[in-house]
Amino acid sequence: MSLKVIKPGIYSLLQDGGRYGQHSMGLTTGGPLDRNAFRWANLLCENSQDSASIEVTVGGLVLESTVTTTLAVTGADIPLSINKQPAALWQSHSVNPGDLIELGFARSGNRAYLAIGGGFQAEAIFNSVATVPREGLGGLNADGAALKSGELLPCKPTENASLWQLPENLRADYRENSALLRMVLGYQQECFNETQKQLFFNTQYSVTKNSDRMGFRLQGAEIIPTIEGILSEGICLGAIQFPADGQPIVLLNDRQTMGGYPKIGSVLSVDIGKLAQLSAGGTVRFEAISIDQAQSLLAENEKQFVSNRLLKLCL
Amino acid sequence: MSTDKTISIAGENALIVYFADKPSAVISTEIANTADKLKTYLGATLIDLVPSYASLLVIFDPFKTDHASVRRAIHTAIKDLNKITTATETSSGLLVTLPVYYSSESGPDLQRVADSAELSVEEVIALHQQTEYQVYAIGFAPGFAYLGEVDPRIATPRLATPRQRVPRGAVAIADQQTAVYPAQSPGGWNLIGLCPILMFDPKATPSMPVQVGNQVRFQSIDRETFIAMGGEL
Repeated sequence: MSLKVIKPGIYSLLQDGGRYGQHSMGLTTGGPLDRNAFRWANLLCENSQDSASIEVTVGGLVLESTVTTTLAVTGADIPLSINKQPAALWQSHSVNPGDLIELGFARSGNRAYLAIGGGFQAEAIFNSVATVPREGLGGLNADGAALKSGELLPCKPTENASLWQLPENLRADYRENSALLRMVLGYQQECFNETQKQLFFNTQYSVTKNSDRMGFRLQGAEIIPTIEGILSEGICLGAIQFPADGQPIVLLNDRQTMGGYPKIGSVLSVDIGKLAQLSAGGTVRFEAISIDQAQSLLAENEKQFVSNRLLKLCL
Repeated sequence: MSTDKTISIAGENALIVYFADKPSAVISTEIANTADKLKTYLGATLIDLVPSYASLLVIFDPFKTDHASVRRAIHTAIKDLNKITTATETSSGLLVTLPVYYSSESGPDLQRVADSAELSVEEVIALHQQTEYQVYAIGFAPGFAYLGEVDPRIATPRLATPRQRVPRGAVAIADQQTAVYPAQSPGGWNLIGLCPILMFDPKATPSMPVQVGNQVRFQSIDRETFIAMGGEL
């Protein structure tokens, strides 16, 4: 029972919610960059929200089913077809043995998530199947490799499952290729004087092509903190660091667990997905908010997943 | 015990505790002990900890707790440090011995380290074994433990051009730090020997022979012993 990889596309990785509790051995978390889109893909397939799914970067993934199950694609606006018939994103579809599932290339956004009923079945390593190529951990063969042609992605048959759709107002729209990134000030923020802080918050930064799952490198006004380096210390998701060139890097899921560049604070987890969906040339601005505001934004984001917002499709 | 520890915000669900301006064996032990305490105090609300040279990053579940509660737990854990009188009372004070096959065959930079220190190869090997190193931090790659400090006489700057391939088990020096490469990777440290013990084995429990706060001592072994212990040349 599996889906066969006909074409892996540009870069397709098996991801679950991520690998946690292993930082003391130097292991990063991995997991989906756009966690909201990933969770919706799973919920549309009636899975628990952190089930193993595929993060498709840019596109080009082609799969053939050998199983009767449900499938949903969310995230980047990417053409999806099942047996050459266009199929909608943000909703679940039935697939049967022999069906060909084709993803084109993203028209807006960068990462799409393909979930399957029951989730993909792979050996967990440190309690997770999240693929981290740099560490050689996770994925289909637990070796950190991206999907390859000919591989079989094990899954379970799910007979008579209901099909669901996410209401349009809850779907993310990536067409603007820009994002407001809310952040909390922290870490070495005292080492950035008021002028430097003002400049940072008033600058529209652009996303460079040297951006990946480890971090997004931005380009814009040069920010020079009063210190050059610090003793290497733990880095959390979204941390904004400044190497000597003064250009910010926002650290993402595959970041190194420690680093020695000064940091001004960290981007909210709910805005990490927006950043990760930007293409090179996309623009961002930063806005500082309080911890209390951050806490309520997190709770607000969570609410949409807790109350069941999916619409049942009557077919 | 010093009391000038500060707690800063790191992120929406993370606080970082700064223990001192400079790393030391005492600070390292304090960090390890605080980490142990926080595991107990925070229980299921704790997501992860990153102990490092002079700091401890505490990442928590924002849906189960909040900044104020975690700050209180950290304050309590720090107060508890004063009750621990010696490092040997806790698991973190463990001394781990790692065998090393020192030779030009297993350590291509051994001669260069000796030359720049104006010492013989034998003296470099002796000095490297003489210190009880502190595990200050683990990072860079899975299982990469930063050990310090090496005797200043054999402290050697990184290579101008890093190697594309450093073998798994390579024992290396960079300035006053030393380490064992847990896996083959690029690297710019000076290679002086090979260790047959796996520094990171995902299939083993525990997956690493050392943790932050431990001490490490290196012990010279010969070629035969190295091979017998599973070492590869």
